[in-house]
Amino acid sequence: MSHSTHTGDTAPTRTLALAGPIKAAILIGALAFLLVAPFMLYPIFLMKLLCFALFAAAFNLLLGYTGLLSFGHATFFGGAAYFTAHAVKVWGWPPEFGILLGVAGAAGLGLIMGAIAIRRQGIYFAMITLALSQMFFFFCLQAGFTHGEDGIQSVPRGHLLGFIDLSNSTNLYFTVLGVFLIGMALIWRFVNSPFGMILKSIRENENRAISLGYSVARYKLGAFVMSAALTGLAGGMKALVFQFATLTDVSWQMSGEVILMTLLGGIGTLIGPVFGAGLVVSLQNYLATSNVPVTIITGVVFMVCVLLFRRGLVGEFYASKLGRMLGFNPER
Amino acid sequence: MMMLFGIPIQALLGQLLVGLINGSFYALLSLGLAVIFGLLRVINFAHGAQYMLGAFVALLMLKFAGIGYWGALILAPIVVGAMGAFVERTMLSRLYKLDHLYGLLFTFGMALTIEGTFRYFFGASGQPYTTPAALSGGVNLGFMFLPIYRGWVVVASMVICLGVWFLIEKTKLGAYLRAATENPVLVQSFGINVPLLLTLTYGLGAGLAGLAGVLAAPIYQVSPLMGSNIIIIVFAVVVVGGMGSILGAIITGYMLGIAEGLTKVFYPEASNIVIFVIMAIVLILRPAGLFGKDA
Repeated sequence: MSHSTHTGDTAPTRTLALAGPIKAAILIGALAFLLVAPFMLYPIFLMKLLCFALFAAAFNLLLGYTGLLSFGHATFFGGAAYFTAHAVKVWGWPPEFGILLGVAGAAGLGLIMGAIAIRRQGIYFAMITLALSQMFFFFCLQAGFTHGEDGIQSVPRGHLLGFIDLSNSTNLYFTVLGVFLIGMALIWRFVNSPFGMILKSIRENENRAISLGYSVARYKLGAFVMSAALTGLAGGMKALVFQFATLTDVSWQMSGEVILMTLLGGIGTLIGPVFGAGLVVSLQNYLATSNVPVTIITGVVFMVCVLLFRRGLVGEFYASKLGRMLGFNPER
Repeated sequence: MMMLFGIPIQALLGQLLVGLINGSFYALLSLGLAVIFGLLRVINFAHGAQYMLGAFVALLMLKFAGIGYWGALILAPIVVGAMGAFVERTMLSRLYKLDHLYGLLFTFGMALTIEGTFRYFFGASGQPYTTPAALSGGVNLGFMFLPIYRGWVVVASMVICLGVWFLIEKTKLGAYLRAATENPVLVQSFGINVPLLLTLTYGLGAGLAGLAGVLAAPIYQVSPLMGSNIIIIVFAVVVVGGMGSILGAIITGYMLGIAEGLTKVFYPEASNIVIFVIMAIVLILRPAGLFGKDA
């Protein structure tokens, strides 16, 4: 979605061009933190955070860089969780193939949903993805292999590549971290590729992209499938980390949650969704022990975000006076 | 026993009636969505929550103020409509100049907040609302037994739908509304208070949802989740119908309700998803929707 913020004040008084070094410093700091974190914090919580961070970043690939708001990403997240869980538990597949099946399944679902949904734009696109994802929810409710309300439980974690025991939570953590970093690197590469540039041009002005000869529908579908596949990567990992796959993961609330993470962190920024996911997951963790209902807080945060800081926390910082002075580019 | 396509005719007619009743609610809700979208260009995600709010206001009025069904039928939509108008005035109106998706996201947050609040105070389980005395009981039509209240819901929803259609297509106020849909700036320059018109429209749409909620209260249980269960189906209805036309929204609502009822007879497993399947087929064959004008 395009902001109406492309105003004329494009003459910053003085920039320090520190954006690059600051980003590098943050990246190194974050990596160092992620390496030592499992020895200080509860590993399951960290892994949940990484799964949702990747989920949000994959979702942002579509919303932030292509301008398509999908209200159905729970289908790919939860669907992949089901596929991975089923493959690992019932068929006895090793975890790496289980996750690959989850990714392939999510990509397949993305191809179907995307092909139908890109026939309409904007608001209709959002409603169609929501409806199709609700259809998948009902499918999962009734299909045999998902075990309805019970879900697939006690999924074995198995041995990665046959020799790394994933039931050890430190091993699992570093596996999840590795997959997360690979996923983020893919997204970064994708966004900065010629393909990603064309996607951005579609976001900014679809008609102009068509008039330049680009087959917009095909690019949108490509982005949709890519985003679905990466979401599947996050979903498959999540099934291994929590050792279950349930209907919660395919519900529309989950689709809403990932939108919130992205919106809160900053649509169209690379680290924004990761930041947003961290905030939302921590908030949920914190509220889980109190009796404040999470839905109300989520709803209010949504409304406040839309009304007051649509760029998200990271985006607002980029666009702030300090951010501009340091040389960050708020125009994404 | 008479049979049709190998199905007892009673079962067929029974499900047809269920379909017609569900269709009545789909029609009422998609009508409200279409009215709001037509002028505000906002997809009101909170529509389901406002429907639930209508049912709850009726329930609470009965419990704490002793106001019965007929009173609630008038007062609850006014309460819900007024709340809607307040939200539009104070918050939603700030989003019109932005991408339309922000309106969707804002009302989504609103729906979560309302639903969460009611879940917090009333739990997730449903509470019964007694059918008004004048409409309880049923009549034997010879081939089937028709509960009077259900017949009333079908008739009432048709009357309301036609009333709203008449208001928008045939009255002066409706003409202003339609003109403002086409070109708000020009209409404003003629001295018509367009922002007020927008507020009233949102209030009207929310009130319609509240009215549907009161009608639904004696049939379905009054539960905080009743709105989110129905709103996604109504979205599919709206996509099938295309939001360009009021009449289209109404007709599609009834049609899909009946299609859903018939599926329950012939292939019950698919009854949950049949509307979504129809939506997908319509999108492939006719992307603008059955009654849509703009692609």
